[in-house]
Amino acid sequence: MAPTSGREPLGLALSGNAAHVIDIRSATKVYGIGDIQVHALRGVSLQVERGDYVAIMGASGSGKSTLMNIIGCLDAPTAGEYYLDGADVNVLGDSELADIRNRGIGFVFQSFNLIARTSALANVELPLMYAGMKRAARRERALAALAAVGLADRVQHHPNELSGGQQQRVAIARAIVTSPAIVLADEPTGALDSVSTAEVLQIFDQLNQFGRTVIVITHEREVADHAKRVVRLRDGSILDDTRQAPVVGKPPLTGERVA
Amino acid sequence: MNIEGLRIALSGIIANKLRSSLTMLGIMIGVASVIVLVAVGAGSAAASRKRLEALGSNTLTIQTGGFGFGNRGGTQSRIIRIEDADVAALQKKDDAPSVKLVAPIVNANSITAVYNGASTTPSQFQGTTEALFSIRDYTVESGVRFTNEDVDAHAKVAVIGLSVAKNLLGTDADASSLIGEQVKFANANLTVIGILKPKGTNGIQDQDNLVLAPLTTVRDLIAGNGSAVSQVVVQAENRKATDSAQGEVLAILLSRKAGSTTTSFQVLNQASLLATQDANNRTFTVLLGAVAAISLLVGGIGVMNIMLVTVTERTREIGIRKAIGARRSDVLGQFLTEAVLLTMLGGLLGVAAGLIGSRFTIVDVKPVVAPYSVFLAFGVAVVVGLFFGIYPANRAAQLRPIDALRYE
Repeated sequence: MAPTSGREPLGLALSGNAAHVIDIRSATKVYGIGDIQVHALRGVSLQVERGDYVAIMGASGSGKSTLMNIIGCLDAPTAGEYYLDGADVNVLGDSELADIRNRGIGFVFQSFNLIARTSALANVELPLMYAGMKRAARRERALAALAAVGLADRVQHHPNELSGGQQQRVAIARAIVTSPAIVLADEPTGALDSVSTAEVLQIFDQLNQFGRTVIVITHEREVADHAKRVVRLRDGSILDDTRQAPVVGKPPLTGERVA
Repeated sequence: MNIEGLRIALSGIIANKLRSSLTMLGIMIGVASVIVLVAVGAGSAAASRKRLEALGSNTLTIQTGGFGFGNRGGTQSRIIRIEDADVAALQKKDDAPSVKLVAPIVNANSITAVYNGASTTPSQFQGTTEALFSIRDYTVESGVRFTNEDVDAHAKVAVIGLSVAKNLLGTDADASSLIGEQVKFANANLTVIGILKPKGTNGIQDQDNLVLAPLTTVRDLIAGNGSAVSQVVVQAENRKATDSAQGEVLAILLSRKAGSTTTSFQVLNQASLLATQDANNRTFTVLLGAVAAISLLVGGIGVMNIMLVTVTERTREIGIRKAIGARRSDVLGQFLTEAVLLTMLGGLLGVAAGLIGSRFTIVDVKPVVAPYSVFLAFGVAVVVGLFFGIYPANRAAQLRPIDALRYE
């Protein structure tokens, strides 16, 4: 990968040349040392194709959050390899990882993680600011992203003036504003009521339909039903890996309302 | 650093108004105290310089013998005294080109003045010539000064200081009403012909508690003095010439007085006194500045403390920023900007407070603001923010995104 001292578009690592956009091989993650060691991941291998919609399921403690942190370059595996679109993540420096998080991956968290006392628009603009984009262009793209999640009329609201569902939609707008190849969501509907859940899932379906790779960590069956592929984890290992729909094509529940 | 960074930093400061203003207060007090204390130092230096210059600029005071060393006590076979003829010799332009004016002084001690039943003992009662008025920059506020004709004529006149007049008339009275009146000094009646313009205190004594009379008149009054004088006051052509004037005067006196050595004469050089005083004042100012600088340092530690709290408090926010692509340098910049902004705002307020504070008279000193102290204090405040902001900001920048996000 090219040195990323400047802020030119990343483009290289996530250009779509590799066979798998995500390629994890025998990843392990061990927390603690000595007698108190906890094996969060015990040799997980996972390949994800471009355009896939993957739900990673598992009970708490199954290692699914650890896996998501590794996929999102927020954490590094103790052992094993991780190729993100063909690039070896283990050798990347801090700034390069920051750039991948900025432009390669969009995060959606269970607790929204919006920045307080900052308008929805400013929150969505933030990744573009870190990408070094000019103010006017930034504003335009942020407004478009907010419109895409149906919040065109709420751009100046602060997080504490928005409902949970609206906050999560702002977070999704923030995740997609840099047009990342992968959208990574960690229990995105965990804090939402059923109506908001349906709205959020519908947005994910659309994103996938437009070709974006979507990975959702969840323990809810109805969320996983939207995915084309379901990977279930238990005790740090993959229990089973089921394909619900082909990679090419619409997600299975596109257009259906989940009441 | 860009506008964006400034906005984020500013919103961080505004988010915690009380805490930010208390932190700024620390810096503000530091900056203001540097400015005010240096101004007080400079003000007192200016005041003491003025006091010394009031004694007459570029002047030398010469008297015989060492102060209190008992040369007159008879250990020497011959007592050396400066006499009228010596004073005249000092005025020869050929021998003493650097000397501008010479005034002999005869001191009369403990002469009591009596007028209308009121009496007072002036701290100084001096017989002299007209030249002393020029040398010491004495001007008469009302009336006239005595002339050299008065000196030749043994005229029974006197010019008095304002304090003497007030002691005789009472503080509320108009001092000029004493002009033309006869005041009894010891056993002679002298007519008051002028009141001196007040000079105030020189820090040691009241410079207005003074009576000046013609040299000859005072000699008549105290008798037995012959032609000797107590002191000679010499004014050099200018301040630079003071030292050469000192050399010329000493050379003349040594050649005229058989058996005299350089230690026979005591020379008080106003210019060197001034230099010593200036050096003392500089030390004093530096000392005051150093005390104030310590408070600025304490303010800086306050900034560091608050920035550490801020970083801890906003760990989660740092995690979010890192998750969406902030680099270490972005986070570092954000918190460093915030710290520097805090000290800059505090510094500006401190400059304002310092300038206002310097307008008041503090312990009888009129502060003189030194421009360098304003820039120095403000500059140091900003550097303090940078220095004490680096550690907390770096701590924030080094946080691992996953740890920061998990932080509760």
